[in-house]
Amino acid sequence: MQAEPGHSLPEQALRRHSKDIRLTFPSSPLSVRRALQTIIADLQDLELEERGSVELVLAEVLNNVVEHAYGTEERGWISLECTSEPDGLHFRIRDEGRPMPEDTPPMGAPSPLPERLEKLPEGGFGWFLIRDLSRDVLYQRVGEMNELTFRINIDTARRAN
Amino acid sequence: MHLSTRTERDATIITVDAARIDAAVAIRFKDLMRDLAEGRKGRIILDLGKVDFIDSSGLGAIVAAMKQLEKGQKLELAALNANVDKVFRLTRMDTVFAIHDSLGSAVAGHAG
Repeated sequence: MQAEPGHSLPEQALRRHSKDIRLTFPSSPLSVRRALQTIIADLQDLELEERGSVELVLAEVLNNVVEHAYGTEERGWISLECTSEPDGLHFRIRDEGRPMPEDTPPMGAPSPLPERLEKLPEGGFGWFLIRDLSRDVLYQRVGEMNELTFRINIDTARRAN
Repeated sequence: MHLSTRTERDATIITVDAARIDAAVAIRFKDLMRDLAEGRKGRIILDLGKVDFIDSSGLGAIVAAMKQLEKGQKLELAALNANVDKVFRLTRMDTVFAIHDSLGSAVAGHAG
C-alpha cells in the first residue's frame, strides 16, 4: 500500500527535518559569511530577534575558528550541524585547527570600559557574546579535531503552533 | 563594502551602503573611515540604516574608527537596526557612543 503524497510523514517530522542543517565549508571570512546566510535563510520562521542571536553567536564562533584555530594563513575545513530540539537549536561546530588554549573556551567576562577613549577595547567581545546568547557551551578536543557544542533557546511554544 | 559621504548643516554624514559590517570587511571599513574622515571638522554621523548585521569584528572596527579620529572630530551613530543595536547594548558600547534613532534626529543634533 502506498501512502498518499504529502502524508507519508507526520507534519511535525517534516518541520523538524527542515531544521536539521549540515554544512561544510573552507576556513575564510567570506565562506563564513556565506555559511551564515545559508543558515539564516533556512531559519526564516524564527522571530527576527532570535534569528539575529543565532547569526551573531555563529558568526563569533566561526570567526574564532578562522582567526585562531586555523589562523588567517592556514587552510582547513569547518563543519556545522544544527538540529532543532524542544529546548532550542543545538549546534555542533568542528574543525581540525589548533586546540583552544588550555583546552578551555574563554569565559568571556566583559572588561570594564576604560574612561579614556584611546584605551577602549577593539576586540575581545566575541566570547562574551557567545556566552551571553547561548547555553550549555561545551568544548572537546577529539583526536586532532576541535568540537564545540552549544544550544540557543528559541520560543518552542510558538513554533509548535 | 562601500561608504558614501555628504554634508548636511554642520555635520558630515557617512552612510554604510552595505548590509553587513563583519569580519570579512572590518579592516576595509576601518581604512575607508579613516580616508573619509580625513580633514573634516566637527561631527561625523555614521548612518547604519542599511546595515542589518554586525559582529564583534565590525563593532571593533567602529570603535577603531572612533579612536583614529583627528582632534576636533566626533563620531556619532544613527539609525541602528534591532540586531545592530543589540550588539552595542550587550557590550555596553551604547554608553560610549552618541546614538540617534534616525538620521534626521542626528542631523538636528539631539539624541533620540
